[in-house]
Order: sequence, then structure tokens, then C-alpha cells
Amino acid sequence: MEKKMLMGNEAIALGALRAGVRVVTGYPGTPSTEVLETVAAQKAEGVYVEWSVNEKSALEVAAGAAYAGARVMVTMKQVGLNVASDPLMSLNYVGVKGGMVIMVADDPGPISSQTEQDTRQFAQYAKLMVFDPSTPEEAYEMIADAFAFSEKYGRPVLFRSTTRVCHSYATVEMLPPLPRTIPEGFTKDNGRWVIFPRLTFQNHLLIEKQREEQSREFSSYPLNRLEGSGKKGIATGGVSHTYVKEVLETVRESYKLLKISAMPFPQELGLEFLEGLNEVLVIEELDPVIEQQLVRLCGLHGLRVTVKGKHSGHIQNAGENTVQSVQCAIHDFFGMSGEDISEPEPPPLPVRPPVLCAGCPHRSSFYAVKEAAKGKKAVFSGDIGCYTLGNAQPLDMVDTCLCMGAGITVAQGIHRVSPDTINFAFIGDSTFFHNGIPGIINAVYNQTDIVVVILDNYTTAMTGNQPHPGMGKTVSGSAVEKVSIHEIVKAIGVQSIERVNVFCLDEAIEAVKRAMEGQGVRVLLFEGPCIAVDKGKSPLSIAKEKCTGCGICVSKLGCPAIRMVGLGQPRAVIDPVQCTGCGICSDVCKFHAITAKEVIA
Amino acid sequence: MPSPQRRSSREKYTEGDGTGHRGLLFSAAPSEKYRMAVIMINCLLTGVGGQGTVLLSRLIGAAAMERGLRIRGSETIGMAQRGGSVVSHVRMGENIYSPLIPRGKADLIIAFEPAEAARTLPYFSAEGTMLVMDRAVRTVSAVYDSKAVLTFLQKKVRNLLVLSGETLIERCQSAKVLNVALLGAAVQRELLPFGMADAETVIRSRIPAWYQELNLQALQIGADAVS
Repeated sequence: MEKKMLMGNEAIALGALRAGVRVVTGYPGTPSTEVLETVAAQKAEGVYVEWSVNEKSALEVAAGAAYAGARVMVTMKQVGLNVASDPLMSLNYVGVKGGMVIMVADDPGPISSQTEQDTRQFAQYAKLMVFDPSTPEEAYEMIADAFAFSEKYGRPVLFRSTTRVCHSYATVEMLPPLPRTIPEGFTKDNGRWVIFPRLTFQNHLLIEKQREEQSREFSSYPLNRLEGSGKKGIATGGVSHTYVKEVLETVRESYKLLKISAMPFPQELGLEFLEGLNEVLVIEELDPVIEQQLVRLCGLHGLRVTVKGKHSGHIQNAGENTVQSVQCAIHDFFGMSGEDISEPEPPPLPVRPPVLCAGCPHRSSFYAVKEAAKGKKAVFSGDIGCYTLGNAQPLDMVDTCLCMGAGITVAQGIHRVSPDTINFAFIGDSTFFHNGIPGIINAVYNQTDIVVVILDNYTTAMTGNQPHPGMGKTVSGSAVEKVSIHEIVKAIGVQSIERVNVFCLDEAIEAVKRAMEGQGVRVLLFEGPCIAVDKGKSPLSIAKEKCTGCGICVSKLGCPAIRMVGLGQPRAVIDPVQCTGCGICSDVCKFHAITAKEVIA
Repeated sequence: MPSPQRRSSREKYTEGDGTGHRGLLFSAAPSEKYRMAVIMINCLLTGVGGQGTVLLSRLIGAAAMERGLRIRGSETIGMAQRGGSVVSHVRMGENIYSPLIPRGKADLIIAFEPAEAARTLPYFSAEGTMLVMDRAVRTVSAVYDSKAVLTFLQKKVRNLLVLSGETLIERCQSAKVLNVALLGAAVQRELLPFGMADAETVIRSRIPAWYQELNLQALQIGADAVS
């Protein structure tokens, strides 16, 4: 059988294709993005793939396709599930015909997210089945089971993965494709697809009954596994299982090991695990989901088993597990002496917070607004995207950041209480399409004084440059009509709109000044390509004899390509490897010391 | 505490290819010589976002797979890629569970940058080798004394190989292929379970055609730097 080196997300994508998925929708979000990209790159015949404008739309498009009998997959990160939760909560009551898998990537740490929410917990709340792979190869096989269970019960299922599964990679053995059926198309079916209170009540009863069946079925599901014997037990799931296995190689005492990969919690398997145990250590990330189920079983069946985990303080409540953290917990559980892990102290090491790339148009935009608003009382509401990094010094231009699209609306609320401040809201192009438009309508309708700065870099940058409606192309490469941000803003009724090339710094600053003087909703459409897409020009350099060492280029812009050298006589230098020749620093330099190399030669 | 059942990284050398020549697992006819001699190699790559650790980890993983080894690993993708510290774990061999290398178990650390090398020291196995490029990445917010860090590493790491970043850039005529130059150095020193021919094969199969020649040159330049 062919073996491939696959990233977890690639394995999920290929597993879904193997299972005969026909429609795949999603919205980019780390660490989920590569799933949909991989499906699209396969260009499999008869498979429709789209980047939807947001997770709610993605889920609804997929729901329609599943009503019509196709196997469908929706991909998103955990906070995307919040956006999609409205249709999903209702959809479970209505049900589906074709198998529907909602692939949600959680992010313990968090490494690239706003929250440490647990999609397994959401599954319990929404009464959905949830699958939780621990490795790429397991994910590859498990996603086919997820489709089968979805179809068997006629309900959408969640497929929860985490960063260390999504972005880990492994040798995966390719399996032959599974037999597939042709979707029969949409049938009206006596109002089956119309949610009404009466239908909801009936289906609620059915869902509860199905959950009992699912729990029984999952007790014999091969990827829910019980092994070993002894008085002590360890229960785990997801990537933590791999850390546990790694550490258990150092344990000589006997133990039982329970691995949970699919829920509703398999109660019979859980009872078999608890039988004869004195104590249990539960190792999982995010919420104590398995732990609570074991505690519940002990209560229901009057078992005298001590359950250790997050509730008892034996496992940390926040952040991701590591082999090291799991080792400490397991060794402590078995009364093994801890290793001496005193580390040699290195000299002071630099802190490296993520920064806007050299040549990033957002740096120029933030700098222009900062200069124009100098000395004024202003609040800068930010949003989700690369431009959140504008919060870092020296730009320091993000005062609030909450969730997708919230900058525009939060700015309106601040203005209602602090009307003497100028309220700026920054939003990127993809975020504008995702959730920004209603916020602008709200501001126009309610006559709020705000300045909305739309940072259009012609891509969805933070997640790795995915196309969006403003770009004129789709994920499958088709050319389509561009949806114009400018025309949308005009149609909403915004009276003051200015388009500005952000790399013309003086013009940008003047445009911001004009906007600040106006009233009502003012929109500045700042345009400049993302440097990851538009590779830029040749690097600039700083003329030694002209540089006075004033340091303004460094202290105002925070560009990673410029730094100061020389102790006695400091001067600025440009790293030619990183510089993209955007030229903002040469506009900032009062001594005209920064120019293209050719000019100096 | 009972000792781990898994064999230590030292054993893999003493088993070697039967010639008793420590570390020389792959000379003339690689395919015959690697076989199952290597039980497990944990390789950790570290640098600053944008330096090319992700591509290098993929090349190493692919080359190890060519040799019939199973691989497992993990990458830093996302926000940290924007100039933050990035670490890639590549684990090659059988019975590997975790995608992350446990502390103290990295047989090889390839560091694109001195400070990032020092940060990963807790992962380093005392018998392992560390390959460090001396070129510090400094930004407005990240200023430090790289000489002091290198001195520290020299004190703490028995098998330390320091490569001159400036020399490599000059010879490669590009900073973008330094990752492959480091690969060349590691392969030349027989720190990975495959040889130059395998490295060339994966460069040809995984790097776009117009970029291959530059990378193949970089591979050789890296190898020459440690010969």
C-alpha cells in the first residue's frame, strides 16, 4: 500500500475524499485551513469546493447539499464554530440525509486563537456526536467513520481535531476508496426540512434516544479502546494519548488505559474501565470532558473510585499538554520520583513577538493614521487578521480586538459613551466580507460618528493567502467577477469614502486628516498588496554618510528589516534579505538617507 | 525509576552497519547500509519565522521515508510564522507516538540562529549534536548578545558545530537556501539517516524546478563547509 508523508489536515482531506465527500465548504482559520486547501488541490472529479464568506454561510451551503443527499464537509477553527452555531444548533433537530461532517480545529495553548474553547463540550451542548483523532493516520481513517455514523443517524457530526494533530505530520498508509452512492437530489418529503416547534419536540425525544444508542455503539467502536489491567487507570483522548503512550514506556507498574476517540461517552466501556480501579488519572486538553463523564458514572453507579484530573488540580486547566507535563502527572500518579530538570541558564535571549512583515501595507496604514491623529484623543478598534499585530510597539495602534467584525461595532459603542474621542475602526478585506458589512450598516442607520479604515491587501493574509470575494478568483482557480468593497460601502449609504494607495504616505496622512474633520460614518479604503503575494521591489539601503543615527526609521515604524548598529556612533542599517523596497522608511527619513541601491551606485 | 525500554540514541551508533565504524552508517551503497540500523532519530529544527524550517523539516522527513523509516513530526504554522520563534520536530524510526520530541531526547538540533538554539537546549540529548548558524536575527524588539550565547552553547554542548551564516550566504548567493545548506552540513556529518544522494532526490522531487539548481548548489556548499 502506498505510504505518504501527510500533515494531519492533509490526511483529513484525503480521508474525506476517500469516503466520497462531494461538497466541501469552509472559512480559513488556523489550524484548520489546509483541510479545504488540500481537497481543492486534488481537483477530484465531481467534488465541489468553496471558501465561503463566513462559517455560518459555509455550514448552510453544506446543509443544503446534505439535504439533497450528498456527503459534505465543513471546515473551520473553533471560534468559527461560534459563528456557525446558529444554523448548527437547529440543523441537528432537522437532521441531514447525506453524511455531514463539521471539521473543527481546536487550539490548545492557544497558539493562534482568541479562545481555548473545547468543541467536545460544544458537542455535548448541541447533542452531537464528536470524533477526536490523536494522530494524522487515525484522522485519515476516522473521518470515514464520521460520515458513516452521520448517515446512520441522519445527524450532522463534529470532527474535532487540535493544532498538534492538524499541524503534525506522519507516515500514512493510503487505503482504497470506499464505495460511493449517487446523491438522489432534494426531495420535499412532507415538510421534513422545515423547523417548527412541534417537529423540534418530536426530534428532541428522538435525539435523546439516539444518544443512548450512540453511547452503546461507541462502547464497541474500535477506536475507543481499553487495554491493560490493574488498580490504577489512565483515561485520555486526542493528541494527549500520544504523550501518555510515550510516557507509559517508563512505567513498570500495571495500569488500565482508556482512550476515548468518539462520543457521546461510551458508558459501558467507561464502566468496564472503572471496574476494580482505585483511582483514575484523566489526561486531556482544554475542558475536563472525559473526566466529568467518569465522575458522573461513579456517581450513577455508586463506585468508590478517585478521579484525578483538572478538577482535582492534577492537570493544568489552561494551555496545551506536553510530553513533559504528562510525564510529571503520570510519574506523580504512580509515586515515581521526578527527574531533575534543572536547566542551565542561558544569557538573556531576545523576545520575538510576531510582527508585521517588512513591506507590509498595514504598517504604512497604521503609521499614516497615527501621524494624522497625533495629539488628538482617539481610540483605535482593531479586528482579527494580520493587522492585529499593529498592537505591537512602536505602532501601538490596536486598542481593542474581540472577534471577527467586532472592531466596527465596538467603536460605535465606545463613541456612545466617549463622544469626545475620534473612533477609528480597522478591518481587513476578508474580515469585511466575513462579518464587517452589517456593522457598517448599523453605524449608518444609527448615525454614529466613526472612521472605518478598511485595510485591503487583496488577500486573506494571516491564514496563508486564501482567495475571497473581492479578489476575482475562487479556491478552484476560476475567474469570477470581483465583489467591490467600494461599491458595497457606497450602496450602504456612506457619504464620505476615500480610496488611498497606502504606500503614498503623504496622501494617506492627508486623507486621514480630512476624514477626521468630517461627521457620520467615514470610510477610508486603504489599498496595498500583501507582501506575501506581491513580492515587492529591490531592497533599499541607507547611505552611511547621510544617516545621522537619529533612529526615527526604527522607532516609528518597527520594520523588522531596519535596525541600529554601532555603539559610539549609532546608525541605521537595512537587512537586504528582508527589505522589500516598499519605501515607507525613506518617506519617514528626514535626511533623505534611504534610497534604492542603484541610485547610490 | 526504571529506565526507558526504548534504546538510547547511543546504541544506534554502536549497532551501526556492522563495520563498527561509529556514525558511519551510510557510505558507498546507502540502500544496503541504512536498513534497520537506526532505531530512532529525533531532529529538532529551530529558527525565526520565514527562515525556512518548515520546508527543511519536510525534506528531512521525505528523505527518511525514502529510506523506509516511519516519520512523525510537528510544525509551527500560523501567527508565530510572522517573525516569531519557530520549531519543527522531526522524528524518524519505529514506535514513535508523540509528534513532539520529549525533553532531553533530540539527537540533532539544527538551529538557524544562536538565540533560538539556546532556547531549545532543554530538548537536547547530551550525546547529541547541535548545528548552529552564527548569524543572529535581530530586530527592533529582539536585540541580544549573540557572542555570549554562542560562548554559552560552546560550554554546554559537547558536539557543537558552528557555521558562518555570512560565508554561506556569500557562497550560496542567497539567504533563502540556507536551510538546504544546513541540510548539506548535517548529511555530510552523517547526522541524519540518509545520504547526499537521498537529499538530492527529495530536493528534485519537492522543490520547484526553477529553484532546484540553487538548492542543489546550497546542499553541496553546506556539505563542503563541514568537510
